[in-house]
Parts: sequence; C-alpha cells; structure tokens
Amino acid sequence: MPGYISIRNLHKHYGEFHALRGIDLEIARGEVVCVVGPSGSGKSTLIRCINRLEDFSADSAIRVDGVPVLPGSNLARVRAEVGMVFQSFNLFPHLTVRENIMLAPRRVRRTGRAEAAAQADRLLERVGLAAHAGKYPSALSGGQQQRVAIARALAMEPQVLLFDEPTSALDPEMVGEVLDVMRDLAQTGVTMVVVTHEMGFARQVADRVIFMDGGEVIESAPPEAFFSAPREARTRNFLHAVLDH
Amino acid sequence: MDLFETFFNLEVLARSFPMLLKGLWLTLQLGAASILAGLVLGLGLCMMRLYAARPVQILTRVYIDVFRSIPLLVLLIIVYYALPFVGLRLSPFVSAMAALTMVSGAYTAEIFRSGIEAIPRGQFEAAAALGLGHRQTMTDVILPQSIRMVIPPLTNNSINVVKDTALASVVAMPDLLKQATQAQALAANPSPLIGAAVIYLAFLLPLVLLVSRLERRLNRGKA
Repeated sequence: MPGYISIRNLHKHYGEFHALRGIDLEIARGEVVCVVGPSGSGKSTLIRCINRLEDFSADSAIRVDGVPVLPGSNLARVRAEVGMVFQSFNLFPHLTVRENIMLAPRRVRRTGRAEAAAQADRLLERVGLAAHAGKYPSALSGGQQQRVAIARALAMEPQVLLFDEPTSALDPEMVGEVLDVMRDLAQTGVTMVVVTHEMGFARQVADRVIFMDGGEVIESAPPEAFFSAPREARTRNFLHAVLDH
Repeated sequence: MDLFETFFNLEVLARSFPMLLKGLWLTLQLGAASILAGLVLGLGLCMMRLYAARPVQILTRVYIDVFRSIPLLVLLIIVYYALPFVGLRLSPFVSAMAALTMVSGAYTAEIFRSGIEAIPRGQFEAAAALGLGHRQTMTDVILPQSIRMVIPPLTNNSINVVKDTALASVVAMPDLLKQATQAQALAANPSPLIGAAVIYLAFLLPLVLLVSRLERRLNRGKA
C-alpha cells in the first residue's frame, strides 16, 4: 500500500555526483521517522526533495497524500501542507516573531489579520515564547529562534513536518528545549520526518529509524531493533562511531 | 578688476539669482522625474534579468550592459538630434528625461540585483517551503530586506542623475547650468557660473555625506 508520503526510485545528481541512488520509501500518516547517517550520506537532500526544494530526476516520483510533487501550480499546494524546519532557522529578520508566523497564513490562506495574530500568539504559547511575540528574531537565542521557526511551520497546519538537522546549529544547552517541542509535536499525530544526529531523540521518539549512507537507504527499522540489533555492518559501524566514545 | 570682482561679483549674482532659481527648479524636476522613472525601470529590468525566460534574460543583460557603457551625452544627442529623422521629435525635457532614465534604469537594475543576490538562499527556501509564490516571496520577504541594503548605492546613483541633468543644457533645456551660462553671457561676468556651482553643491554635498553615514551604519550592523 502506498504511504502518506510515497518516494519511488528517487535519484538526484549534482553534476557528476550521484547524491541519491534510487531511494524507495513509504511513510505512513502520523508516522515519526528519524533519518540518521554520516554527513554527505544524502539525508538532507532526501527530505529537501519531499517539498522539492531540491529538483530530482524525471524518472523519480514523490507523492504526498497522493499529490505528485511536480513543478507547477500544484507545488505551492503541496508545500503549504508540508512544513519545514531548517538547520539555520531562516526566520525573516525584517519581521517580528509574530509577523514571521502570520505571513504564510495571511498570504497563502488569506486569513484575516486579527485571526492570524491570534493564531500566532497561540502557537507562541505552545512553544513557550508568548512573551517574545513583538521582538525581532535577532533578539532571540538560537533555541528560541528555532522554536519560532517551528511555530511558523505549524501556522499552516501542515500534515507533514520536515526537520532538517534542527538542532545542529544550536549551542548544546539549547538543544533540549527544541527537542522537547518536537517531542510534544510527535504526540499530536502529525507526520514527521526528522534528519538528526540526536540518537537519544531518535531512540525515544521515532516510530522508525532510517540509516542512510552513500545516497542509499541501508537499513530501516523500529528504534528498538535499530539500536540494539542492527542488521547491516555499515549501520553497526556508524552506531559504534557515534555512540561509543 | 580683481579676482573677487570677477568670480564673486555680488551685484551680478543678485541680478542673475532669479534666473538661477528658475533653472534649479527645472533641474530638480528633471532629476526627480528621471530618478523615479529609473527606479521603476530598474526594478523591472532586474526582475527580467533574474527571473524571466532565458532569451529575455539575455536581452535584458545586453540592454543593461549597453546603457551602462554609452556616454550619456552621446545618448542624449542621439535622442534629441537623431530621432527626429524617424519622425520622433521630443521636447528638450522629455529627451533629457528619456536619456537619463534609460541609463539610470540600467544602473539601478544592477544595484537591485546585487541587493537580491546578497539575501541568503535560506530566505528563499523558507518562503518557498511555506507555500509562498514567487511574487509574494519577492514583495514580502526578499525586497524589504534588499531595499535596506541598496539605499546607499541607490542614493549614490541619484546623485549621479542629478549631476548629469547638467548635460541637458546641450539640448537647449533651460536647466540650472544653462541659465547660469546665459546669465554669464548677459553680464559678461562668470559669477553666475560660480553661483550655479554653489547651488549644486548645496544640494548634493549633504546627500554625499548622507550616503557615507548610511554606509557606515550598514557596515556596523554587519559586524
């Protein structure tokens, strides 16, 4: 049965470099999938293909809720359903925190100003930043900025949330506050695909962990099995390198 | 006759002052109109240069490069003296405004382009990931950030446009410089020219200083 997110034969080339070598992946509605692997393994490229921030070859196919992710008028519709949180936050520096969150609902959903502002304040409450609505992003810490970025993605009420190494640019003491917000989100039934180096998070929160290396999916298993009994040698080597030191 | 009498003859200056003011008014009108039209043209050219179909991009690039290379005086003379041969007879003001706008638009397009290209890719990606279309991304996310960055170079360009309005005197437009040369001929004394120079300075020097201040402030923000 095709999943809520269905990826078939996904290939991606950067010039000569073959970054993704035929990925097949089905993700169910409400599933929380963590993608781990060494840097350069293609995991960020993979999730950036899901909302087509990266182009991919024509013989590949990605569908989200049955809608093919193709360039053209459909793409904005898919993107409105698929929220994304970036490693470098990418908040809009010329807008206040509240305005950052209001922008997409106002422009894409045509939500009224008052309603969008009320929604923004509710979301800020949810990520623990109600007091910061009127500030500009530059006045916030990295962890706070990333929580605003999550609230901004949530404002479109997406069915899917993509996280591209959301804690990798953070100082260590701020990682926890962002992971806590993500952990809460995982309980809400939204489909999540998380590229991360946080093995503890993957072990506790994921329904399934995917290990990528060299542009391929090497192993895909529930966290228990993945961490305690990895089948593939490459997975074992990777886990050995990141967990035992 | 001493130096002061020759170049700073107050009596001549006072007599020619109303003429100079009339010229100044025209200079300012021509400058303002050309700057505004150049901004609109420049933004349009910049968008075509960056986002239009490939052939349009190439044509736009050719336009921008040609009009940045051609001496303004040559362009002005072509517009005013050559176009009538194909039946297009423009007034001195319109000729000058057309030439200034065409050149200013080319420079402005490059300034806008540098401002847009300085915005990190992540801003475009964040806007795209939220489902914003190209136009919304530009008007709500990219341009508001670019404009801040390009204010100093745009002001510089505006200063150049105002200075270049003086070239309009060769197509018999009674701008500040033309009025000054006429007053000089009338009085057989160059003081009106000095007066015109002082008026140009009085307008443009503060703008030059403003640009320096804006640039300093922008650089401080970066550090």
